[in-house]
Amino acid sequence: MAKQYVIGAIVSNIAGVLSRVSGMFTRRGFNIDSLTVGETESGEFSRITIAFHGDADVKDRIIKQLDKIHDVKAVEVLDSHETVTRELLLIKVKNSPENRQDIMTAVEIFRSKIVDYSPSSLTIELTGEVTKIDAFIELVKPYGIMEMCRTGIVAIERGENCLKA
Amino acid sequence: MKISGAKIVVETLIEQGCDTVFGYPGGQVINLFDELYLCRDRIKHVLTAHEQGASHAADGYARATGKVGVVIATSGPGATNLVTGIATAYLDSVPMVAITGNVPCSLLGRDTFQEVDIVGVTMPVTKHNFIVKDVNELADTLRTAFKIAKSGRPGPVLVDIPKDVQASLCEFTPEKQPVIPYPLKFAQEEDLQKAVEIINASERPYIYFGGGVISGKASEEIIALADKIDSPMGCSLMGLSAVPADNPRFLGMQGMHGHYASSVAEDESDLVIALSARFSDRATGDKKRFAKNFRIIHIDIDNAELDKNIPANLSIQGDIKDAVSRLTEMVEVKKHDTWSARIQELREDEARRIESAKSGRELDPFAIVDIVSEYENDCNIVTDVGQHQMWTAQRYPLKKPRTFLTSGGLGTMGFGMGAAIGAYEGTGKRSILFTGDGSFGMNLNELATSVTQGTPLTIVIMNNGVLGMVRQWQTLFFDKHYSNTTLDERKTDFVKLADAFGAKGTRVFTKEELRKAVQDSFAYDGTYIIDCAVDCDEFVLPMLPPGGSIDDIITEIK
Repeated sequence: MAKQYVIGAIVSNIAGVLSRVSGMFTRRGFNIDSLTVGETESGEFSRITIAFHGDADVKDRIIKQLDKIHDVKAVEVLDSHETVTRELLLIKVKNSPENRQDIMTAVEIFRSKIVDYSPSSLTIELTGEVTKIDAFIELVKPYGIMEMCRTGIVAIERGENCLKA
Repeated sequence: MKISGAKIVVETLIEQGCDTVFGYPGGQVINLFDELYLCRDRIKHVLTAHEQGASHAADGYARATGKVGVVIATSGPGATNLVTGIATAYLDSVPMVAITGNVPCSLLGRDTFQEVDIVGVTMPVTKHNFIVKDVNELADTLRTAFKIAKSGRPGPVLVDIPKDVQASLCEFTPEKQPVIPYPLKFAQEEDLQKAVEIINASERPYIYFGGGVISGKASEEIIALADKIDSPMGCSLMGLSAVPADNPRFLGMQGMHGHYASSVAEDESDLVIALSARFSDRATGDKKRFAKNFRIIHIDIDNAELDKNIPANLSIQGDIKDAVSRLTEMVEVKKHDTWSARIQELREDEARRIESAKSGRELDPFAIVDIVSEYENDCNIVTDVGQHQMWTAQRYPLKKPRTFLTSGGLGTMGFGMGAAIGAYEGTGKRSILFTGDGSFGMNLNELATSVTQGTPLTIVIMNNGVLGMVRQWQTLFFDKHYSNTTLDERKTDFVKLADAFGAKGTRVFTKEELRKAVQDSFAYDGTYIIDCAVDCDEFVLPMLPPGGSIDDIITEIK
């Protein structure tokens, strides 16, 4: 049964690491839903969060193959019940007198923010779980989406569990 | 005292115990070759005819000795010419360090003359790779490259060094000794305990081992386990030479062109104990139909191999020598009389099938292998890829580990010449290359190298005028449409070719002529080609058709 998994990986913060990691997925035929990367509290390491769909067997193979990459220092499947996951959305919607109020209401209810305003467009910033982001996009679609970008998931475990190199 | 990056490379290679490197000079490694010249009494450089030959030579050196093979090439085409050799080593887990020059750092990324992103190109076929842009990191990067290459499951590592880094100066302190590998993982006691229960309950065990037994130095341990639990053994192509061919429990290679007895024994077993093997498609056939009757215990140093191709009932990560010796202590002594009788029956059945499939021609492939092995003593047995490779793998009475060098995983035609040269450089022992007219044609330029180096090398060409392995498939599965597999029109005269390169050569048609040629070649301290006339309708049998299973085994083609 294919389901979504989220993997956290601590990798050396050096050039080429992202190629090594994403290249492994391509080479072995694993599909990525989203991949994010950024520095950790130590400048020496970056943290990669990868979301993908697959069955348990695929998940195990991915973990083992990631673990073999020299620059990957720690890798773990994040338990969905014990993990906070977030995604950031920036979306530009058509601004018009007749729709403006509806959009503003949606922004308020979703606890999102208008970060840019022009007579013809509204740019909205929203953070939340993937399902919330999806729902918001569906909601504003009728008003006309001009442009949007999503960061992909970042995830961190609840409590004192930490992923360390 | 400050020394140049180029000198750091040479000094670090020497520090790491490297006595011989293989390579080819070029614009971006002139600095490095200058240091090799200055240090020529401390480290030997073998110049090949082509960088691919150098990469296979470094590979052959490593396979024959167990040490890390080193190859050096220039940027761009020099570097890309290494790729097939690096991939060959990667697929067969051979420790290798490939050093390439590159354009100066300031010119990187601008499509400079002879610039290639070789780190990007080789990422999928190396265990790891580096580009060194700071001379201060050069020595330690090279040390790490050696460490990675020889740790756990070995493999190739590439280090790309821009020309300005080779020219820059830096302090250097040699290490007292070569780097030691990363600590090995050892099997968990409770996992071995589970394995013991499964093995004790088995009535028809079968041991299937792979190349990891050779790199893990576990030959004796595996034989001891087989003896204690009264189990037959078979292996993958890469496992050959780990166990002496005359061991009474050894049934030979299994799989697509494996021995009938080992493939059938595996199928009829109730337990397959897979030791440092990876269940390649060539060893198993159709994965869906494989393993329907037996349980599997899989032990390997590389966790990623466990449950990758075939899911096992019990997967154990750990050093093979340690795991098998502990397992052997823990299991009960067994005697499986019915199973042993069945194995004996399979052996006899196999012998009958081989006899009946024989073409009866004067110089059939097994006769060639038999005659060479009759006179051979303590040589490196090397092959190229194709029918001759399978005939040699099936038939050659290999005696000890690291004496059989063949491209298993990648199946690289043209592997043999370089590997044979490298194996001699590493061992000081004669190399015997079994090749075909197709494979030999791919890298015969390396005759220039073997002649220059004075390599004691016997080249046995099974010359059937066709690309025999593909032709065999065309015969069986493509209505005898011999598309581009007939080489008769080539008119290559291998005897004249030998002469042109400064080697010796002779063409043989009969067993008697072959006997004489083999003896002559062994008495000659140089390169000797024996061009054997083989019929184009000799087939490699048995054959499990691709995607087939043991039920589809072909043991005769009439």
